[in-house]
Amino acid sequence: MGPLIPNGILTDEWNIIIAVLIGLAFGFILEASGFSSSRKLAGVFYGYDFAVLKVFFTAAVVSVIGLYYMDYLGWIDMGMLYVHPTYVWAAIVGGAIMGVGFVAGGFCPGTSLCAVAIGKLDAWVYVFGILIGVFIFSEAYTVFEDLYNGSFLGYITLMDNFDIPAKWIILGVTAMALIAFFVSDIVRKRIKKVFY
Amino acid sequence: MDKANKDNRHVYWNPYFGGFLLGLLIIFTFYMTGRGLGASGAMKSSVVTLVDKVSHEHTINNGYYSKFVKDGESPMNTWLVFESLGVLAGAFISGSISGRIGFRVQHSPKITSRRRLVFALGGGVLFGLGAQIARGCTSGAALSGMAVLSTGGFITMLAIFGTAYLFAYFFRKNWI
Repeated sequence: MGPLIPNGILTDEWNIIIAVLIGLAFGFILEASGFSSSRKLAGVFYGYDFAVLKVFFTAAVVSVIGLYYMDYLGWIDMGMLYVHPTYVWAAIVGGAIMGVGFVAGGFCPGTSLCAVAIGKLDAWVYVFGILIGVFIFSEAYTVFEDLYNGSFLGYITLMDNFDIPAKWIILGVTAMALIAFFVSDIVRKRIKKVFY
Repeated sequence: MDKANKDNRHVYWNPYFGGFLLGLLIIFTFYMTGRGLGASGAMKSSVVTLVDKVSHEHTINNGYYSKFVKDGESPMNTWLVFESLGVLAGAFISGSISGRIGFRVQHSPKITSRRRLVFALGGGVLFGLGAQIARGCTSGAALSGMAVLSTGGFITMLAIFGTAYLFAYFFRKNWI
């Protein structure tokens, strides 16, 4: 039963090999979906290309439905999976800073790596910027420490917040994704086309 | 118009197809390792390694770096670094197949490449800073968080996209 490596079904040495293989697939999928182009990515914020929204939410819905099905069938133990911890204000402030960075730079870290691989020099500069950003955070860690460690609610999920079964939350997320896809197609038809 | 159309050929995958495969990959990643994907983690490891090379004393005295340095082990020896090396290779393969390899600065014809690079640098700095505060970027926090219905993952996702939409107006010259 999964997850395989934490359960000792695959030995730890496999971890690195699997990391490279998963990365290969990740990079291939992102690049083939057009995520190595900052102008395509930025389209989601101006309504001329919704690839980011479609890829991102399709992936989220597919993965959450798949994981819960595998849990239901007994193939994977949801309780053993790493849940991203919830630090409310760190998530809001950090996310907001990332949002400005996204629309200014046109990439996020994963997509910038794809663009680096195919020779986009703006992505090289962007990755260099990320390194500087990490450096600034680390050097000024005492300034950010309270925000970084504060408002910690634990490794919680939406089920803990809303106190309803996972299936209804998944249904809700799926419905919202479908509505977003539908609306995005309407918006795109009304927006002037941008060629890139 | 013909030329513009030609340059805008839709050589990319259908986004739903790409998203579906990405979803399967996230499931596979959780099934194998119990954790999700990531991207900014490798860049953090790079910074820690560089600073550690310059001054080991500084890294062990700094509250943040010291979380990631262990005696006798390189900070680069993490899962996410190997995954990111795979990302570079995978994107290179995909780009090669479709003929998208080549050194260039991609920007809107209405702005100079110098302006594009300045904004790329600034955007990178902000994203790097934000990803540390939120403990992950769009891949590690938002996408992998949402796959397990993590509250933090959803908050991060809403904050990233919400703020980006709010500020899109101020950066519109760069893109449209």
